[in-house]
Amino acid sequence: MQTQSLDGGFHNAPIEAAYAFRAVMRAMACPGTIVTLAGAEPPAPLSRAAGVVVLTLCDPETPVYLAPSRNTAAIRDWITFHTGAPLVAADRAAFGLGLWSELGQGGFPLGTAEYPDRSATLIVELPQLAAAGATLQGPGIETSAELSLPEIAAFQANARLFPRGLDYLFTCGDRLAGLPRTTKVR
Amino acid sequence: MSDYNFAYLDEQTKRMVRRAILKGLAIPGYQVPFASREMPMPYGWGTGGVQVTAGILTPDDCLKVIDQGADDTTNAVSIRRFFEKTAQVAVTEKTSLASVIQTRHRIPEEPLHDGQILVYQVPIPEPLRFLEPSEVETRKMHALEEYGLMQVKLYEDIARHGAIATAYAYPVKVEGRYVMDPSPIPKFDNPKLSMAAIQLFGAGREQRIYAIPPFTNVVSLDFEDFPFDPSKADHACDLCGASDSYLDELIIDDAGGRMFLCSDTDYCATRCAAGEVGAQRMTLTEGAA
Repeated sequence: MQTQSLDGGFHNAPIEAAYAFRAVMRAMACPGTIVTLAGAEPPAPLSRAAGVVVLTLCDPETPVYLAPSRNTAAIRDWITFHTGAPLVAADRAAFGLGLWSELGQGGFPLGTAEYPDRSATLIVELPQLAAAGATLQGPGIETSAELSLPEIAAFQANARLFPRGLDYLFTCGDRLAGLPRTTKVR
Repeated sequence: MSDYNFAYLDEQTKRMVRRAILKGLAIPGYQVPFASREMPMPYGWGTGGVQVTAGILTPDDCLKVIDQGADDTTNAVSIRRFFEKTAQVAVTEKTSLASVIQTRHRIPEEPLHDGQILVYQVPIPEPLRFLEPSEVETRKMHALEEYGLMQVKLYEDIARHGAIATAYAYPVKVEGRYVMDPSPIPKFDNPKLSMAAIQLFGAGREQRIYAIPPFTNVVSLDFEDFPFDPSKADHACDLCGASDSYLDELIIDDAGGRMFLCSDTDYCATRCAAGEVGAQRMTLTEGAA
């Protein structure tokens, strides 16, 4: 058995997960805000921010979909050992993890009209993440914000599904930004 | 070092609460079901708010807990001490110094700023519950955005009393979509629901979490010819003289004597310390001397 998958988790889970969640919550509550996460050393090519989100939010109750670029033996073992999350197909996933070229294809649960919360949260790994690019407006944003989104049309279509729809966490290195379904993208 | 996990709850419970909070923030005003746990306090004492607070606290936080605006009532003191013991967080009574404020039935008078979090204790999260007892039906009504029943209820208030008689837990519409119960805050507080802080609502017995992100559009339901009126007692605080705060009425003797004073104890004490004087403070002070 390889032991790399046993390393790289939280050293003090209650404290590190608390800090990480507060940062993720701020990112989701204030779209366009870029936060920095610490505490995890996931196997490449998983970014640190994506690894921290997985450790903070995933457990045996949350099916996870790994897109092909993240579906390596090292990442599968690491997630399984540290969280126990079942790895599933996209249409059953509570969390999706991969590149935009993979996750942007869709196929994830969008929630129902009666239970819009039963939709997937996608962790999208981006090559760069900056507060510049597409204009964001909506809840959590006082006037407007900017974020370097990989495209615009897909997020506009997602917002039109409201109250159904997907929620996004964009990760790059140790940084993360959120984009809930309520945000209007231009 | 205490024998509790940080902030009392186990990690899997906190993850479940945290996922519900994130979905709540993504769907403002929608009540997210969550697997509420038994807490070491009875239902009705803030078990929902306590679970939300436990889910968001970090060791760096400074916690304030208020019950009807007061920092020094039994419920507020016991919850504050609960988190001092289980999470070793700093506590304060100053609204401006707190990073997390758990509240029962009030929003502090002092405007909250970016970065603060307000956690509400909610008894009945479903605004339609007293109009439609079936959860299956109310869920369908939310799904179909079928809120006519609530407007009829407000209309019946007007037909019977000449004005909308709902004085607390006044229903609001969040971001033009979900009708939400803001918990039993006085309607005086409703205009503050669009604020710079994150607002999280926890209902323990009813197993629901919901949220309002900062700067979200929150509108109190009303009619064009009967616009929403955030009324309060037509009086100034007898201790600090504030005319812009929500007041409690206090009976002070057997001869019908009464006084009005701020329900927000921190707001009142801060004003008194700054030298503001209300109508009855002098007589009270003289009486004490």
